[in-house]
Amino acid sequence: MKHTLQQIFRSPNFVIGFAIFMALILFVFIYPLVVPDAPLAIIAQGTFFPPGTYVSVYDSLGSTQYTLNLQNASAARIGSKVSDTDKAAIKDYLVLVGVPEGQIDLTDTQKLLEQWKTNYDPNKNISGVTNAKRNQFIRLNTSLQNANSDQGIVLASQDPTSGALTQTGTVKLTDYVDINQIASAKVLPLGTDNFGRDVLTELVSATKVSLQIGFVAGLIATLIGLTLGLLAGYIGGMLDDIIMFITNLFTVIPSFVLLILISFSIGQDQRGAVTIAVVIGFTSWVWTARAVRSQVISLRNRDHVNLSKLSGHSIVHIILSDILPYIASYVVMAFILQISSGILAEAGLSILGLGPRTTDVPTLGLMMNWAMIYQAHILGKWWAYFPILLDIALITFSLNLMNTGLDQVFNPALRD
Amino acid sequence: MKGYRRYFLNKLAWFLVTLIVGFLLNFILPRMMPGDPVALIVSHMAQGQSNASGVQAIYQQYAELFGTNQPMYVQFFIYLKNVARGDFGFSFSQYPRSVADVLSASIWWTICLQFPAIIVGWLVGNTLGALAAYLKGGFDKVLMPLSIFISNLPAFGMAVILMVIFGVNLKWFPTSGGYGFDLIPTLSLQFMWSVIVHYQLPFWSIVLIAIGGQAIGMRSMSIYELNADYVKYSRFLGIKDNKIVMYVFRNAMLPQITGLALSVGTMVGGALVAEIVFSYPGLGSTLLNAVMGQDYPLLSAATLIVTLMVLTANFAIEIIYGFIDPRIKAAQAD
Repeated sequence: MKHTLQQIFRSPNFVIGFAIFMALILFVFIYPLVVPDAPLAIIAQGTFFPPGTYVSVYDSLGSTQYTLNLQNASAARIGSKVSDTDKAAIKDYLVLVGVPEGQIDLTDTQKLLEQWKTNYDPNKNISGVTNAKRNQFIRLNTSLQNANSDQGIVLASQDPTSGALTQTGTVKLTDYVDINQIASAKVLPLGTDNFGRDVLTELVSATKVSLQIGFVAGLIATLIGLTLGLLAGYIGGMLDDIIMFITNLFTVIPSFVLLILISFSIGQDQRGAVTIAVVIGFTSWVWTARAVRSQVISLRNRDHVNLSKLSGHSIVHIILSDILPYIASYVVMAFILQISSGILAEAGLSILGLGPRTTDVPTLGLMMNWAMIYQAHILGKWWAYFPILLDIALITFSLNLMNTGLDQVFNPALRD
Repeated sequence: MKGYRRYFLNKLAWFLVTLIVGFLLNFILPRMMPGDPVALIVSHMAQGQSNASGVQAIYQQYAELFGTNQPMYVQFFIYLKNVARGDFGFSFSQYPRSVADVLSASIWWTICLQFPAIIVGWLVGNTLGALAAYLKGGFDKVLMPLSIFISNLPAFGMAVILMVIFGVNLKWFPTSGGYGFDLIPTLSLQFMWSVIVHYQLPFWSIVLIAIGGQAIGMRSMSIYELNADYVKYSRFLGIKDNKIVMYVFRNAMLPQITGLALSVGTMVGGALVAEIVFSYPGLGSTLLNAVMGQDYPLLSAATLIVTLMVLTANFAIEIIYGFIDPRIKAAQAD
């Protein structure tokens, strides 16, 4: 046993897969300790807030203010306020009033604004410009002036009875606050989803649930497959014929269809994560059964098994001590693959709208389903779907890598 | 040829048996669940339908169609009779279209998308896998991890990735539908071009996934064959490498054909979900619509069609296999 483990951990494939998988598991268990929020709590009003640190504006006004004289601050501020369409409009105007196109550089916002300032004249009448266009330039000018202002903002509070405003403070352009001193700030490393939930918290919880689904489904599938395979292979005869008939049937009848039919019949309200896992387990034992059976048949007439039979051991004893140890490595490998395909099956079902009910726990498939329904991929909200895909890929990739590694250890023909 | 006939008849019998069982499951599974399916149907109809006469019509139709008051076996024969006539009733979610009408509009999209995609993916994947086994070294080191990673992506994941890169960012291909939404299906050049352009992303996402899976299988098969005694013996005899490689590939290919027969169901399932990502007008989207609209007759008929497709594909592969595998040839010649 010890020797086998040593051998396994010498396989680079297995070690990489194992490391990725363990890292995921660790993260899934440690993250909730650090961020104990409920995964399905809706915290944002609106859809798809981009990843970042969200700081309370109100609290930042109240916290200690520091003066920093930064060189590039104003350039960055103006740059963030002048959009690409504004820049294009500026360029249009400059070209109209006769500035050579070579001198206009859309990337240099500062220079562009200076050119605007020197050239723009609201009273100037340029031939061929419609009134609408002229008004657009006037509006642009106003907004640019606001962006370029170096005046700061006055804070006022309203008297509840008279409604009169009294100045309570000013915010200068050079005022800064320290983010660590602000009472309320929230880091959303992966932003929020379409419902306004924290994607990372949800993702961690979903990973956990999906792994559980995969595990339960894999366990059920492996147990059924192992039992049927052992019975068919060892006992043989009529029982073998019956089991093989059933197995062959379910090999060709697509399990995907059975999954759809069963999940649909159960109904949305009755479908919990565990139910889905059980259903997946019950529809995916076929491969294990086939493989176990063929291995058992090749073991059945080995000398040590015959010897055991002659010694009068019971069938249960022979299966447990003379056959199982020989197929254990295979069963473990099959189990690993079953986990991975269980997770994928859940994801596929959820995208079809047949996943677990949406109210108790998130799963990777449900999150993907939500992202697809709200078209995160078309709107370019990468944080709502890409981490999920990456997560699914990492789980299945690491499991398969472990499987490949085991295969290389137990199947010498595949070694390099 | 006489021996072959036995092989084919055997396969045909097996095809019919699986078809009957698949059909039975399609009938029984939804009815095994607690509650009356028709009652469920009616309650769902009452929610969505605003057209009172429509509701009444469907209700009449289904009371008759299912014959719920009669014993199970009578219901089964009613169902059987209706299916044999191609009558799946009305679709709830797309009333007044009939289920047969909805399905006949979508099935060809799925067949024309998945059949070529799976074949192309299988061919390319096997070639790459065999090359990896034969060339080893750098090619193998790059191709294998890549194949493992790709084959572990679900088909819908690949679909989303391709769509985001080539559809949303590069804008080379449209992101959804089977043809331009402003076009009406005709045989015009413009429509054909639109179909071809819309075809690319779903096609390649299925192909890439298939390549990954097949390459891995073919590689291990080829490595196994390359180490076989007959290869060593041929080397001793001084037979040219090219000739040996040909034998090796032929032998490694056989299990891959069986593998295709066995995995075609899974592939079709994955590809159906990929269709949904692209809103491709095939069976995948039909299934989604059926689920969303709680459209039981549509779902039941769609799953039946998918089962039939997979079983037929299986049967076809078995028949081809019979011609290719020399062992079957030898066995039948006796």
